[in-house]
Amino acid sequence: MIVTVIAVIFLLSIVVGRFLLDEGRIATNLTIRNAPPSFDHLFGTDWLGRDMFTRTIMGLSLSMGVGLIGAIGSASIALILGMAAATMGKMVDRMISWLIDLFLSVPHLVTLILIAFTLGGGFKGIVIGIALTHWPSLARVIRAEVMQIRSAEFVQVSQKMGKSRWFIAVQHIFPHLIPQVLVGFLLLFPHAILHEAAVTFLGLGLSPHEPAIGIILSESMKYLSSGMWWLAFFPGLCLLIVVRTFDTIGENLRMLIDPTRAHD
Amino acid sequence: MQLEAKDVGFRYGNGPWLFRGVNVTVEPGEIVGLTGPSGCGKTSFCKVLAGYEKPVEGSITVNHSLLPKNVYHPVQLVFQHPEKAINPRWKMIKTLREGGPLDQELLESLGIEREWLTRWPNELSGGELQRFCVARALGKGTRFLIADEMTTMLDAITQAQIWHVVLEMAKKRGMGVLIVSHEAKLIQRLCHRVIEFHPANA
Repeated sequence: MIVTVIAVIFLLSIVVGRFLLDEGRIATNLTIRNAPPSFDHLFGTDWLGRDMFTRTIMGLSLSMGVGLIGAIGSASIALILGMAAATMGKMVDRMISWLIDLFLSVPHLVTLILIAFTLGGGFKGIVIGIALTHWPSLARVIRAEVMQIRSAEFVQVSQKMGKSRWFIAVQHIFPHLIPQVLVGFLLLFPHAILHEAAVTFLGLGLSPHEPAIGIILSESMKYLSSGMWWLAFFPGLCLLIVVRTFDTIGENLRMLIDPTRAHD
Repeated sequence: MQLEAKDVGFRYGNGPWLFRGVNVTVEPGEIVGLTGPSGCGKTSFCKVLAGYEKPVEGSITVNHSLLPKNVYHPVQLVFQHPEKAINPRWKMIKTLREGGPLDQELLESLGIEREWLTRWPNELSGGELQRFCVARALGKGTRFLIADEMTTMLDAITQAQIWHVVLEMAKKRGMGVLIVSHEAKLIQRLCHRVIEFHPANA
């Protein structure tokens, strides 16, 4: 519980921190280029004299924004398709299951790159790409869950009371899905952030002037050999911590909500 | 109005026949008992009657017409285990409203207390939940009630209370009731006639 609270505070501080930081610190300042980490520049500065700490925080909050929108999109797609597969008859079920298998059989990253590339990259491309690629496993979980609830006696009773499919889906089935969707959504988050960074690192994502983690990492690759380790080390570490934090929150929430694991 | 099962046969998938050629009629206001050994298909027969399963052979008719779909079903079934027949994430009042507008008199006669309405299902005992199931099944449109071991897991006093209400209702509305039970005494006491459900029907 304490871990979760700390994790949430940590993530919030990054988002809030973005607005507290001085934009001027990421302006080019050639007098302080290539400075190693110090108290003035916690993560050092890069080859243009930009403060790496500020860039990292901004990059992380941008990544979280992308992750948030992408994860919401993905979770919604998963919810809709999962419900549709389980309630709209055999034909729809078969089609959606096939679609799930199709997307699961290709690595996320490949489809993501393909979609982001087709849409011309940038913020829009990457967000749509993430939303369109991360839903299959959650959709499968939701489909299974819906199928189980659908055969429950209280749903059958409801049908015999003359309730419509829509009523049953919204009133009976949906409340049972909330925990799954919530946990699934949170566990999508780290994936989305990592994949955003990966695609941006490969140059197919956000444009270079935006302070994204992927861009920071790919730019700093050139300078690693000249001994400027702080350029990649701190942003990379921060990305790792943020991703792990989301993962921990998701796992803890699952433990809290999932009755079969409530006593862990 | 007459509930009629004509030459009904049923099996799950391609499994063995649970029963075939079963003929049962329930007249309005009539209380009919159904007995038989465990596992002879009584529950499946109830589900077929109430429209939960489609008969593989034969037909179920109410008033000589097939049962309607997607509207309030005139044949309502009360299950043996109320815990499964009630959505655990709904408050009791919502479950009751599912069967139609609340009938204060009915609730009172079933001994459903006012404060139970705002509780969650897991805050009530099995017997208390079963009263809700009965109340829900006794909506305005119910012409026939199928009670599948409805009171088997209740104490004698509660059983008496629930049956009293059901019988009263049957008389008042001319509602037909089919009672499935292993308790010979109960059936003897309540029913106008008794049908033996034999595996021989298969």
